[in-house]
Parts: sequence; structure tokens; C-alpha cells
Amino acid sequence: MTPVVIQGRLQQLWQALRGAPLAPLIFITIFVLSALLADFITPYPPEKMSLSARLVPPFFVAGGSWNHILGTDTLGRDLLSRMIVGGRVSLLVSLLAILLGGGIGTGIGLVAGYFGGRIDAFLMRVTDAALAFPMILIALLLNVSLGAGFATVTIAIALIIWARYARVIRGEVLSIRERDFIAQARIIGCSSARIILTHLLPNVTNTLLVLLTLQVGLVILVEASLSFLGAGIPPPTPSWGSLVADGKDYFNSAWWISLFPGLAIVLTVLSFNILGDWIRDKLDPNLRQL
Amino acid sequence: MSKILLQVENLQTHFFTRRGIVKAIDGVTFHVAQGETLGIIGESGSGKTVTSLSILRLVPKPGGRIVGGKIIFDGKDILKLSDVEMRSYRGKRISMILQDPVASLNPVYTIGEQVAEPVRQHQGLRGKALRDTVISALRLLQIPSPESRLRDYPHQMSGGMRQRVVGGIAISCRPELLIADEPTTALDATIQAQYLALLRHIQRQTNVSIIFITHDFGIVARMCDRVAVMYAGKVVETADTKELFDNPRHPYTVGLLNSVPRLDRKVERLCSIEGQPPTLLNPLPGCGFAPRCGSAYAPCYREYPPELRVGGEHFASCWRLV
Repeated sequence: MTPVVIQGRLQQLWQALRGAPLAPLIFITIFVLSALLADFITPYPPEKMSLSARLVPPFFVAGGSWNHILGTDTLGRDLLSRMIVGGRVSLLVSLLAILLGGGIGTGIGLVAGYFGGRIDAFLMRVTDAALAFPMILIALLLNVSLGAGFATVTIAIALIIWARYARVIRGEVLSIRERDFIAQARIIGCSSARIILTHLLPNVTNTLLVLLTLQVGLVILVEASLSFLGAGIPPPTPSWGSLVADGKDYFNSAWWISLFPGLAIVLTVLSFNILGDWIRDKLDPNLRQL
Repeated sequence: MSKILLQVENLQTHFFTRRGIVKAIDGVTFHVAQGETLGIIGESGSGKTVTSLSILRLVPKPGGRIVGGKIIFDGKDILKLSDVEMRSYRGKRISMILQDPVASLNPVYTIGEQVAEPVRQHQGLRGKALRDTVISALRLLQIPSPESRLRDYPHQMSGGMRQRVVGGIAISCRPELLIADEPTTALDATIQAQYLALLRHIQRQTNVSIIFITHDFGIVARMCDRVAVMYAGKVVETADTKELFDNPRHPYTVGLLNSVPRLDRKVERLCSIEGQPPTLLNPLPGCGFAPRCGSAYAPCYREYPPELRVGGEHFASCWRLV
């Protein structure tokens, strides 16, 4: 690839990002970078305990120090370090769960929407059932049957979120499959599999992209809820949800243990939602300016 | 007369709905010879499009089904082919151009990719050979500078150009039969004339047979060697184009022709055919046109008339031939 082409690509990227909401974008960038570089930037090992430095408040409160910027928890572990590592865990679980759940949901939505009839009726009833099932219950059931762990949480979240993808994608496919270019694809002799993968899928990617972004927030929230309930990543590996849970008994005296991870959850979810809204507006041809 | 390429015999395509069976095609018979253009004319809902979809075995599902008859293409009944075999006919031996050029191109692929798709699938061409075939298809459709147009997306082209691209996709594998379903309805009059000339040009070059579906007698006169007139799921009259215009025998054809403005006769008012076509849901016995027909009498309501030879290659189904 020549430098000119690379410059062109960069320019395209710059053009595409113009008008993006800045604050969420910056926050997400910091979040992703800190997750990627967690091993290098944590001031302390996240599991290192220090009984002499228990419940140290954050630096801006009397008694706090710059040694522990956001303070320490009941076992004297550095909160900032744990949040950085916890962020990585949350991000990884979310991404894998979205890939898995989104993949399953999209596949089911495409098949149901394209074939219609009985296949559609059956798959949509299954989807309805999944939507009606209390999501925390699914996670707790899995936690009991498979045992706690990274994989269990990922599968649990995937099982919680796939139905929404199936629903939305199916609805989208129902309208696209009636368009003439799908008939045209049949006329030139495409098989059903080929039509679904090469003609329908690329036409639902806009919807999929919006859904994905909007769901990152939800998934982080679900993961946090599960960890808060103790059905998430088992200790001592931190995740944002379990950090909030750790602090709940000390909230009157050591409020920072719960507050900062909680704040991180709020900011992340908000950022992804705002970004998702912006992408939707940008991709919606009715709102697009020529 | 040259070899018969397609013979449709007593074709019946029905739609099974909750309210009953809709007999969209109810005993259609016609044939197309090699290199010939057959026009199928009729009003909306007469079964023109369902006929063409039946030939490709792409009747809309669920609900639609071919329940009877034969479609013999090049000596073989394609209704007996397996789905996989049938797929190898579509786009390769039998192809189709749809009505709306804007809707029939996939917005996410370039023109080049879309013309290449059938070639890659049916002939397995790759790389330069593929590119050459695509360019020659676009050139046959007289698309200016095809090499640079390959990379364009559909939205970057005008309606007329897009319809040429659709034509290019249809003929890229050099099919023996091309079904054109009102391909010029969405185009304006001058582009329409160009497109028709182009189709005739392609036919001379490749000797493809064309089934031309339309409701425009002007297009029939320009394009077609023979015409089949459809009404309510049946072919009511077939004849050579000139014979049909000079000597229509079925009252419906006469009515249609009288509703077209003409330069060679002074008419104060255009005639119209009163009433609506019958519902195809549980149709009454007898001729579907009888309630709208000026010369209908009792037998017309009892029994559907047989197809009668009324001249050389001129057939009509009516008890009260004009």
C-alpha cells in the first residue's frame, strides 16, 4: 500500500468521525487503552494487600495521599489498580459476550426472516421465550450448573442478549427480502445460503452496528449486576461490578470503594449509548445530510 | 420456422391463502421459438408476472405453487428438475430483467461485482477472464467506458444506466431465454426507446429468445414477433403481431386495441372496457371476461371455450369470435 492510499484512508476515517460526540469518544478511548495497557500502567499489583494501608481515602480527602490516588479497600489493595484491571475484565467479557450473543441472534434473525413461514414462527417463539425469561435467573442457573468463571459469565450474557438481535434483524430482513435485488439474486441462481450471507447480511450491517454499540453499555451493566450479585467473575479477579459489591458494607465510612467503580460504569454506559445514538443518526438515510 | 426453445403446456400456478385458492395461472399454454420475441400483454393481475416467475420456478413462497402442467425448455421438463439443477439454469440458460432498475441492484455492491456474480457462479471464472467477461457484457449493453464504471455503486448511475446494468447481469452468461418483465416502465420515453433498440440489438447479436411482458401495445408493435394476450390467468388469444393488430378475434383483444389512441383513424373518444377483471379467488365457471363482454351469451357463463385455430398461427379462446 502506498503512503498516498494510507493518507486517503486516514482522511476517510477523519471525515467519518467528524461531528462525533467528543467527550464519549475520548472517554471510550481512555477506557480501551487502559484496558489494553493494564499490566503496564497499574501503580500496584491489583491483588497486593497491605494491612498497614487499609481504607486509605482518595487523595483529595483529608488523610489521603498521592500514593493511592483513589484510595484503598478493606484489605489495603489499591483501588485505581483494581479498577483498571477490572475494566479490562469487564471489556473482555462484554466483547466476547456480544460477539457470541450477537452472532447467534443475527444468524437466527437472518434465517427466520428469510425463510419465513413455520421456521420463522418456531424461531420467533423461542426468541419470545428467551425475552420473557428473567435474565438474572439465567445467569444464576448457569453459575450453579457450570460453576463460576469467565466462560460462564460470557455464555450467560450471550444467552441474555441474543434474543434482541434476533428480533431486530428479523424485522429488518422481512423488509429487505421483498426488495427486487433479492429477487434478482434468485434469478441469477444464488442459493439461499448465498443470498443470506452475501445479499442480506451486508444490508443489515448498519442496523447491526447501531445495535452493537448500544448494547455494549447494556452488557457492561449486566456483567456488573452479575458480579455484584456474586454470580460473575469469581474473586480475587476484580470486575467493576464486584468492586461496587465489595464496598457496599463500608459505604458510610469508606464510600470511595463503591463510588469510583460505579462512576466508571455510569460513564462507560453513557458514552457507548451516546456514541450509538450518533452512529444511528449518521447511518439513518432519513437524517443524513448530503 | 426455427426450433422451439420453450413450450409451456397447460401451466397452473395457484396461491393457497387463508381465504381460499387463488388461481393466478389457470391453464396457460404458449411457446417461444429460438431467437423469437414473444410479447405477453394483459392488464395488472392477469398473471403475466406469475407466468414468468413460474418459468424460473420462483413463485413466491409460502403460498404459491405450480400445481400442474409442463414447462419444456430445450426438450426437458424443468418442473421435474431438482432444486440444485434448476439453480444451474437460472441466470445461465434462463434469465430475467425486472421492472424497477433502482430496486433490482444491491446498494452495497459495485456494478462490477454484481455483473460478475452470475459469471463467477455459473462459469467459475476468476481474475482477468472474469473482468473481461464483465466488461464485454457491459459493452454489449452500450455502457460508456465500462472499465471505469465497474467501480461505481448503483446510486452513482442514472435510471437508464442502471437498467442497462440489470440487462448486463441478465445476459452476462449468454442465456438462451431472456424474460423481460416490463423493463421500461420505470424509464422515461426517450430512454425507453433507446433501451428497446438495445434489446433488439442484443437479440441480433446473441440470438437469444425473449419473452417480453408489457401492457403497452406500442412496445409490442416495435419489439415482438408474436403476441399472447392474457386475461384472468389464461391466454385468450395468440397470433403474429401484425395479424393480431390487423385482425383481432377475441372480444377482449378488440377492446384493448380500441382503448389505444391511433394515428391512422380519427376517433372522437377512446373506448374503455367497462368493469373490473374478476377475482381469481374461487372463480366462476365459464369465461372470465363474459361479465364485461358486449357479445356474451348464455354458454359463455357455463363453460370455458376451447382454444380454436382461427388462422395460420392464430389461436383464440372464445364462443363469440369477432
